[in-house]
Amino acid sequence: MTTSTSEPIVFTGDPYNEEHLLNPYPFLASLQEAGSVSWLESEQTYAITGYDEVYEVLTDFETFVSSGGLGPRDIRKDDGWRPPSILESDPPIHTLMRRALTGVINPGTVRALRKDFTAPAVSLVEALVQRNTFDAITDLAEKYPIEVFPDAVGIPQEGREHLLPYGNMVFNAFGPENYIYHQAFAEGDEHARVVMNACKRESLTDSGFGAGIWAKVGEGLITEEQATLLVRALLSAGVDTTIFGIGNTLSVLARHPEAWERLRKEPSLAKFAIDEALRLESPFQKFHRTTTVDTELGGVGIPAGSKVQVFIGAANRDPKKWGADANEFSLERTSSGHVAFGMGLHQCVGQPIARMEMEIVLQQLLEKVVSIELVGEPKPILHNVLRGFESMPVRITTQR
Amino acid sequence: MTPQTGRLGAAVDTVKPVASGAGLLDVVVDAAEHVADQVVSLVLRRIDGESFPEWAPGAHIDVHLGDGLTRQYSLCSDLNDREVLRIGVLRVPDSRGGSEAVHEKLVAGTPLTISAPRNNFPMIDSRKYLFIAGGIGITPIIPMIEAAEAAGREWRLVYGGRSRHSMAFAQSLEDAYGSTKVNLYPEDEVGRLDLNAILGMPRAHMLVYACGPGGMLGAIEDLCMGWPPGALHLERFSADTLGAGSVSAPFEVELAKAGRIVTVQTNESILDAVEKVGVRILSSCRAGLCGTCETNILSGTPEHRDAVLTEADKDANEVMLVCVSRAAAGCDRLVLDL
Ligand code: HEM
Repeated sequence: MTTSTSEPIVFTGDPYNEEHLLNPYPFLASLQEAGSVSWLESEQTYAITGYDEVYEVLTDFETFVSSGGLGPRDIRKDDGWRPPSILESDPPIHTLMRRALTGVINPGTVRALRKDFTAPAVSLVEALVQRNTFDAITDLAEKYPIEVFPDAVGIPQEGREHLLPYGNMVFNAFGPENYIYHQAFAEGDEHARVVMNACKRESLTDSGFGAGIWAKVGEGLITEEQATLLVRALLSAGVDTTIFGIGNTLSVLARHPEAWERLRKEPSLAKFAIDEALRLESPFQKFHRTTTVDTELGGVGIPAGSKVQVFIGAANRDPKKWGADANEFSLERTSSGHVAFGMGLHQCVGQPIARMEMEIVLQQLLEKVVSIELVGEPKPILHNVLRGFESMPVRITTQR
Repeated sequence: MTPQTGRLGAAVDTVKPVASGAGLLDVVVDAAEHVADQVVSLVLRRIDGESFPEWAPGAHIDVHLGDGLTRQYSLCSDLNDREVLRIGVLRVPDSRGGSEAVHEKLVAGTPLTISAPRNNFPMIDSRKYLFIAGGIGITPIIPMIEAAEAAGREWRLVYGGRSRHSMAFAQSLEDAYGSTKVNLYPEDEVGRLDLNAILGMPRAHMLVYACGPGGMLGAIEDLCMGWPPGALHLERFSADTLGAGSVSAPFEVELAKAGRIVTVQTNESILDAVEKVGVRILSSCRAGLCGTCETNILSGTPEHRDAVLTEADKDANEVMLVCVSRAAAGCDRLVLDL
């Protein structure tokens, strides 16, 4: 290669201090200003914040591999805290697991669930509109996925209370081993045990996604261990993300009454509103890749074996990609191309489910709620890599 | 019924009234040459002496064979030579006579009516390409190879057929590009294409373009579910099933919510046409691969051309992907939930 590469700018801010976790965007803007690719002193990793550079990392899965783990440690060197599944694997192992999963979760199989997924949203929203105020997170965003998703996978009723704490562990482990991490892992063994149990063939119903995955063992595509890990992948990746997806969308719309009004008139724009909200408030904010060779990105040389940290929340607000109003919500914007669901090889398998859940909830609200406003500042959750809220009091008006 | 897009050497017969005028070109067969077992290559020249309109790899033409019989064939000529078009036609004994007509009637000097080139299998720019051809499915791949080579892209062709004699253009491709890039798999010598080995290891920034018989494409689709979404682009043809017809006439789409009627021209998708009048549809790949633009059908029959919907979905005709799918032959108007 003849490209001239330079040393990265050294950035001394810490993405994991509390202030930056609770309010990430001013920090991300300054990190991005330092360079699309920079060196994060506190983490000893490269920070990738430019949209083009993030896109390149996500799509060049040969140079930037996932088998080193999505967290800061290279799990190939010191065994991660759990055996890696689809998310933390590379081809050709990833290839088989991905084929198995896409065979089970695809637009067709997800569409078949629409009716089952609609009824709980109808009753949840009907109950909420009896009240003037409620908490959009604890009364709605947290309730809905937990009601529909575990049934769709087909896990037992018993032990479902471990799903949220387990997801919390999984995602916090994609960040450093700070006190947030240790809190998440406090009763980790018990959560992990219950969840692993739920992934076994004999624990699952005959008709859910779980059974579909196990059927791929019969077809000779994957091993029994891989089937367990794939069901586990759904349970770890499919709950928290969607809860935050719903909550974040509502947090944005509660600040944009004009958008709400327009959506009520043109409900077919709901999909665009969700996409734009995911761009602006991406639930999965950051994760890592590991380089296999010496490479160059955004003009910066990166040696083989380096951890690079991808900042989804920065890429999705990069003014070079989204324009000077990148920080603003706009129903007019074409937000497709955002990387909230990743891009390329590991792009979210659960995307059709997540989108359907978010859309159903929003459609129900739009039908019954004339206006929605915040009655207090939403309280962001303290989390290493996810962006979301733990509480968001809202006031609504309904038709009379 | 599972309508498939039909085109190419072994194309689907499409019966439709010959549209007069618009987009049609009068040509003469300049040369007809046997290039492989049961495969004839036809070089066409315009009668009025003009050049052909510009076209891109993946394009095809409709050939009007008289009695309202139209068949579609991919172009496999030199992109830069606009004086002629070349197609390769496989003789399919049990077809409704389209290819037989081509083989028997079309000798040098025969006048013919064709459509202007159209493209439903466009080539997207990428750093690397894997081309997979089965039998006469090689035809649209040839201009793609030329374009990839001219642009200095990394590429490889895997080409399978019954025997060397049946594989049109195989020798000339191997001679031109060498056996490292052109991997020939005559079944009688080396067995079938080992698609598992060929597609078992996805590569970054590589697009897969495949064309061949349905069975082969089904296997490729299955294997490519392990590739990045959007990596696979394929063109189906079917030697013996009669599809609903690749609609080569404009049709109307009624947007129920917006209260509008939009005409979709032959060279645009429903998505294009609808966006043009200012109605937005969420879309992503725009190639029938991701499912984002799935739209409810209120009435009318679509011709599904996507790689997302299951066969059951396609038969139910309740939804369609408007980026690639169209109205079926005989359906003048689709009413969509837009
Ligand atoms: C709004 C909700 C969601 C968001 C924002 C989200 C985000 C993401 C992102 C960014 C990735 C890519 C990670 C990478 O490149 O390393 C991913 C992968 C994945 N997601 Fe989601 N996700 C959501 C919902 C879901 C749901 C509901 C499920 C389960 C049904 C799910 C299952 C998965 C799986 C299994 C992968 C790994 C795919 C692979 O490695 O090939 N996700 N998700």
